[in-house]
Amino acid sequence: MKALGSIRRTFAPWNDPAAKPYIVFDGVTKRFGDFTAVDNLSLSIFEREFFALLGASGCGKSTLLRMLAGFEEPTSGRILLDGQDLRGIPPYRRPVNMMFQSYALFPHMTVEANIAFGLKQDGMPKADVEKRVGEMLKLVKLEPFAKRKPHQLSGGQRQRVALARSVAKRPKVLLLDEPLGALDKKLREETQFELMDLQQDLGLTFIVVTHDQEEAMTMADRIAVLDKGEVMQVATPAEIYEAPVSRFVANFIGNVNLLEGTVTGREGSALRIKGASGAEITAQNAPAGVDHGEVAFAIRPEKIKVSSHAPTNGAGNMMEGEVYDLAYLGDMTVYLVKLADGQVVKASALNSARVTENPLTWNDRVWISFAPDAGVVLTR
Amino acid sequence: MTETTGIPTTPASPGTAAQGISQQRGMVASLTSRLVILVPYLWLLLFFLVPFLIVFKISLSTTTIAMPPYVPVFSLDDGLSGFLAGLRELTVENYLWLTQDALYFNAYVSSVVIAAVSTFLTLLVGYPMAYGMARAPASMRATLLMLVILPFWTSFLIRVYAWIGILKPEGLLNQFLLWLGIIDTPLQIMNTHTAIYIGIVYSYLPFMVLPLYASLEKMDFSLIEAAQDLGCTPTAAFWKITFPLSLPGVVAGSMLVFIPAVGEFVIPDLLGGSQTLMIGRTLWNEFFANRDWPVSSAVAVILLLILVVPIVFFQRAQSRAQEG
Repeated sequence: MKALGSIRRTFAPWNDPAAKPYIVFDGVTKRFGDFTAVDNLSLSIFEREFFALLGASGCGKSTLLRMLAGFEEPTSGRILLDGQDLRGIPPYRRPVNMMFQSYALFPHMTVEANIAFGLKQDGMPKADVEKRVGEMLKLVKLEPFAKRKPHQLSGGQRQRVALARSVAKRPKVLLLDEPLGALDKKLREETQFELMDLQQDLGLTFIVVTHDQEEAMTMADRIAVLDKGEVMQVATPAEIYEAPVSRFVANFIGNVNLLEGTVTGREGSALRIKGASGAEITAQNAPAGVDHGEVAFAIRPEKIKVSSHAPTNGAGNMMEGEVYDLAYLGDMTVYLVKLADGQVVKASALNSARVTENPLTWNDRVWISFAPDAGVVLTR
Repeated sequence: MTETTGIPTTPASPGTAAQGISQQRGMVASLTSRLVILVPYLWLLLFFLVPFLIVFKISLSTTTIAMPPYVPVFSLDDGLSGFLAGLRELTVENYLWLTQDALYFNAYVSSVVIAAVSTFLTLLVGYPMAYGMARAPASMRATLLMLVILPFWTSFLIRVYAWIGILKPEGLLNQFLLWLGIIDTPLQIMNTHTAIYIGIVYSYLPFMVLPLYASLEKMDFSLIEAAQDLGCTPTAAFWKITFPLSLPGVVAGSMLVFIPAVGEFVIPDLLGGSQTLMIGRTLWNEFFANRDWPVSSAVAVILLLILVVPIVFFQRAQSRAQEG
């Protein structure tokens, strides 16, 4: 398999067998009464990593974070930080800080006092506290607001105060619970890049909990996709997108077409998969040892080409259909193509030219085509 | 230079007409809001200021054996000259009398001290209760609130009488402690300050718990987690976050207990015995035993002045809290 995500910086301790993980969740289970929030979960996070816990609400991602911060104790299993078992260590003695989803700014204290709070708690000398607070205010560009109270700030400013307060103590690990959840879209996008810069500059380990896949994709070195308290996949954003391990992960991140079928045979490294309508496709990227049974070929819309004539280079897969619906989004156009067996396939095309002659429209007979290695074969 | 002749100037532009309408609307709105405010003002005028003025007038009168037992008595029949003659009879004698007899000064001081100690004790008992209620599961809070208010369903007087049965030497508490073997002889609680404290703390506890609960209930408990996350022990987090944020409730509760406790009559009379000096009892004695209405009115007016100080303090604290 070719390297996925080569655009990312060359930081990949998870591929280095000698690298020692910094945070380890070892068979962690957390139950609240009958409800199992986290189910026998194991996970390794490396120093200086920007790690995202991604999942729908109730998947256990926040519980995981709260266990690391010390607000909850695992029902069973261990959590190690730099080799030390955290069990029984109260939150105020853990070298981790958390940025709360609600920001949890102290309403009776000024911005300055909020940021200084943790430092004073550690008994830092007054002059050092002032210096550090000044640095933090500068870092989050809030110097003119030092004397304000939280309720006199905008949502974006409050978010920055919360961030400054949580990194002021230079924790080994910063936990961020939906850090951008309360911001509007534009501010959120700007802040994503600021958070990444901040993490780089301070050299901290960030663990961010989010339900927003775009946020996770943008910021994280690696993403753990969680569902019902279990890890579905841990990988880089590119791997998660291009090589999801299950139908759930493929569906959870971005748009995907799942072409279901039965394996009929092998063709070198490729599988032949026969769909319900009888049409066969050739598919690469199957998990090792799969040569029979029900599988799905997962392919992203932008990997499918739509054309009004049958493609002549017969190397790939092609199927005939009809434009069932289309959406012009400006930068691209999304086509919903109905195949002979009734399945609707989503394909998207970049609008690299301003004007197209004879653009495809509703009910046009079209061909969709894709390379055998444009997707992955999923068994789960 | 160009002349702008020929362009007719509109006598009233649509803008000003609209402004006029909105101004009218604004006036109507402010008139209604003034009327709404007028209702509580009228209420205070009728049921607070007028009675106060009557009491104040009596406090400036002279005692006599008559019905009513003071002179002058203003009557509409006397006309203006009678009224002016009556005014000349008013005197500050009664207030001077209050400064001459140490009894009154001692009663005031003792009342304020007893009320302050009881308020503090009520806060000590009420705070954990309110905190527990605020942190209880949401489904239980209504029930807990109900339980706090429930004692009000029985007469205050009867509940204070009931404490006599508990506190007296052969009462329930002493019997219980004797039975446990903790004490050999019955404790003398009745007719002491302790009994008064118990009575006031018990009677006024809901007035402390409810405002405390209101301020604690709306507090975001993730603030405490944030404080702990930043290195506070639970105790430190309480004193640095929870307590300062609940201060409006502490002040409100304390005022609601302190103010009525200063003038309390029933509890010291029933539980405190004859030697307890409190201004409420002094007032009662002047009024009913001595039939000296003017002096007892003067006692009441001074009591009001003493209470105005904490009330002003309370109002300031409230407006500060509202400003944030």
